[in-house]
Amino acid sequence: MAEMTYRQALHDTLREELQRDENVFLIGEEIGRFEGSYKITAGLLQEFGPKRVVDTPICENGFVGLAIGAAMLGLRPIVEIMTINFIALAMDEIVNHAAKIYYMFGGQCPVPLVIRTPGGGGQQLSATHSQNLEVWFAHVPGLKVVAPSTPADARGLLRTAVRDDNPVLFLENLALYNTRGEVPEGDYTIPIGKAQVMKEGHDLTIISYSRMAVVALDVARRLEQERQLSIEVVDVRSLRPLDHETVVNSVKKTNRAIIFEEDWRSYGVGAELAATLQEEAFDYLDAPIQRVAGAEVPLPYSKPLEQAALPSARQLVEAVDRLAIRKRRVVYA
Amino acid sequence: METRQQRKAAAQGAGPGDPRSPASLLEGTDRETLLNYYYQMVLIRYFEEKAGEMYTRARIGGYCHLNLGEEATVVGFCAGLEADDYVYTNYREHGYAICRGISPAVVMAELFGKKTGCSSGRGGSMHLFDLKRRFMGGYGIVGGQLPLAVGAAFALAYRGAREIVACQMGDGTTNGGPFHESLNLAKLYRLPVVFLIVNNQYGMGTRVDQGSAVPDLYRKACAYDIRSERVDGTDLLAVLEAVRTAARIAREEREPSLIEAVSYRFRGHSVVDPDRYRPEDEVRRWRERDPILLYATRLKEAGLMDESTRQELEARAQHEVEEAVRFAEESEFPSVEELYDFVYAGEGGR
Repeated sequence: MAEMTYRQALHDTLREELQRDENVFLIGEEIGRFEGSYKITAGLLQEFGPKRVVDTPICENGFVGLAIGAAMLGLRPIVEIMTINFIALAMDEIVNHAAKIYYMFGGQCPVPLVIRTPGGGGQQLSATHSQNLEVWFAHVPGLKVVAPSTPADARGLLRTAVRDDNPVLFLENLALYNTRGEVPEGDYTIPIGKAQVMKEGHDLTIISYSRMAVVALDVARRLEQERQLSIEVVDVRSLRPLDHETVVNSVKKTNRAIIFEEDWRSYGVGAELAATLQEEAFDYLDAPIQRVAGAEVPLPYSKPLEQAALPSARQLVEAVDRLAIRKRRVVYA
Repeated sequence: METRQQRKAAAQGAGPGDPRSPASLLEGTDRETLLNYYYQMVLIRYFEEKAGEMYTRARIGGYCHLNLGEEATVVGFCAGLEADDYVYTNYREHGYAICRGISPAVVMAELFGKKTGCSSGRGGSMHLFDLKRRFMGGYGIVGGQLPLAVGAAFALAYRGAREIVACQMGDGTTNGGPFHESLNLAKLYRLPVVFLIVNNQYGMGTRVDQGSAVPDLYRKACAYDIRSERVDGTDLLAVLEAVRTAARIAREEREPSLIEAVSYRFRGHSVVDPDRYRPEDEVRRWRERDPILLYATRLKEAGLMDESTRQELEARAQHEVEEAVRFAEESEFPSVEELYDFVYAGEGGR
């Protein structure tokens, strides 16, 4: 184990996959000479040359489509979209082509492709530069969508994504790049579609992913000390495929669930998780499922407004309180 | 900056009415090959007429875009390529699939939605595919195939392969972003790709000059310093020569090219289009320039095809199309148990 940042874990994994497989190449805006807007690809152009680390002009539709075409012929492109906000420009290629080519052509042509892109708010970047658009992709059969919360998961999931024969959206979060954690060494991989129980508990379950999973873990540890509440934290890690089993089993054990997500509440990941729990664990629920999510506004620039719009630890504690009240009612009624 | 070919084409006003078809091809190619081009054009003609008929008899569902009147562009395009080159097309693609060697029976079966179709009944008319024959698909979103074709060419350049990519599109495609992004990337990375615009002069019901600020579509390549030319799309040999030259440049010089073949579709945009937007005399005038008749005349004048040979070829094509329909009718639909097959690769088909 070595301690490193989320950024370093991504960088090292890209480097190792470039070394391992000649078919792997990186492509995106400013990833080479500029070394990446968030420096994930620093030094890689120098080490691997312009054939393997390809700078593109500003044309998301064009270079994402190019990567899909290259994947159709057996290369394994890793695309960087500078921020997820720019992915709208490439939606046609991702949703109408990458997601459909294997199915629509009767299983003749896999598309082994990774699209890495950071999202998330909290940097005062305003409405068009701080969004969580994961649901757009998690909605589409044919795509896989992962969103790691820790440096170890970033490494293990990125490795798996690069070796997967399907298009994988690999969602990073700007606010996680400098977070640190222990990362297993060697050829460490994590299967796509497996949730992780970050912390065990028996009073209630918080289900989350990406940056909010980190916040959830922090809140759970704090409440354990302050209130002697035993909270289980599940990081789903993969939004498609979604690990129903781990989530449902956790709630069967704790009988209460809060879903904590940075994206918008309506039609969001939380809506999908709540529906899944209702279908598969209804008889085990002692209280309504709580959702804590982003406010239904385009993210504002002004700091107090932005903070008010993002889901917070305080809101999460309030949700815990709502469940705790119901717990007392059940016990003493 | 206009290339030499562009200046030449502009000076000649090349296009319909200005035949510049290379006599040398007619003389330098063996008779069997030249007759086979005729056979392919006729085969596509019969296939498309039959597809239209099968649509009205509800054997074919969804959308169905026919190539009637564009046969010279289809056969000329495919004949200018080698068997191991990769081909990307749009949704008007039955003829291209057939010319790449997918049997008409398997194409018809796909149109019928049968398991024996070239996309196992998952794609239909707009999504024919055959990896073995390097027919890399029909695509239903206008311009969506262009970045993919550029990516395939990128993969070939990456591997130092000698094959090239050829990518067909309609005239309407040139007004969209993917066209411009793709040309820019192809030139920037010096990729071996041949772009063919089949300018049938209408993007659905919108005439080229109503949709494009520059109606001489081949000139748009100037913006990317890509060599381009316009040819008469009713002239099989003109299309063939242009594609062959562009393919050679892609193969040997690793440079993209663009060809605009000016053509005309004899029917509406799709089989359900009543075609009310085109003047009758315009349609009549173009029907007189039927590419199959023009080519037949040239073969006859050159003493390469007599009347009995023509009849024999046409009868053979007609028979092949009848057999295609029989095969499609008799084939099974995919089983509903297979619904989830092919969503994801590498997981037992699921």
